[in-house]
Amino acid sequence: MADPMRIRAQAAGDKATVRVLMSHEMESGQRKDSAGKVVPAWFIQEVSASLNGKVVLTAEWGPAVSKNPFMQFVVKGAKAGDKIAVTWKDNKGDSRTDEATVS
Amino acid sequence: MQTRRETLKHSAVVAGLLASAGLIPQQAAAYEKVAFDAKTAADVTKALGAGATVESKDVTIGGPDIAENGAVVPLTASTTLAGVKRMLILVEKNPAALVAMFNVTDAVEANFATRAKMGQSSDVYAVAIMNDGKAFFAKKEVKVTLGGCGG
Repeated sequence: MADPMRIRAQAAGDKATVRVLMSHEMESGQRKDSAGKVVPAWFIQEVSASLNGKVVLTAEWGPAVSKNPFMQFVVKGAKAGDKIAVTWKDNKGDSRTDEATVS
Repeated sequence: MQTRRETLKHSAVVAGLLASAGLIPQQAAAYEKVAFDAKTAADVTKALGAGATVESKDVTIGGPDIAENGAVVPLTASTTLAGVKRMLILVEKNPAALVAMFNVTDAVEANFATRAKMGQSSDVYAVAIMNDGKAFFAKKEVKVTLGGCGG
């Protein structure tokens, strides 16, 4: 099981800026190990975010997103106390969901 | 006489066309594999079924002029246009151009930031695909002093 994400959601006016830091290797599939064999790709493919249980954003990523990915987005109509949940799923089928409260 | 390389290239193009026409079932439910395998910015937008991309000042791409470490290049993509369906971040000279694709809904602003790996200095693009299939882009050159793909 992967390490938890760090999610920070800050309300400003009628919207909230959400910053997410995920913990993932994001292996590109281009690198070779010391024996000269290609290290197979291992990266987050799908990301989704929801506000109070309603999906507000889905994203699809390629292996070119950096290791331990960072993502920032702005949710409209979010206020302090609302719940933001973020889920990722990688190309090995592993997934993780974490939740944060808008402050 | 056709070389193997040419044959492969052609079959990739044909596969891309078929996929955009919806003839090939996608492996993962929603994952746009063809778009993520595409080598150039033009192929990516084609694979996603968008028309010709037009440069627009309403789309912005943000990033450093010079990135010291190509493994972590902060990039932002945003647009002020209404009716955006998807925002893409592309790095032209990476092995696969498409870095990330964000599906925009009414509840989020078309303003995203993430960090990308870049193998070498290259143009980076923000592409906004509209609900009507039109596509607008902005581009910026980012110089990389240390590549992020490879050892």
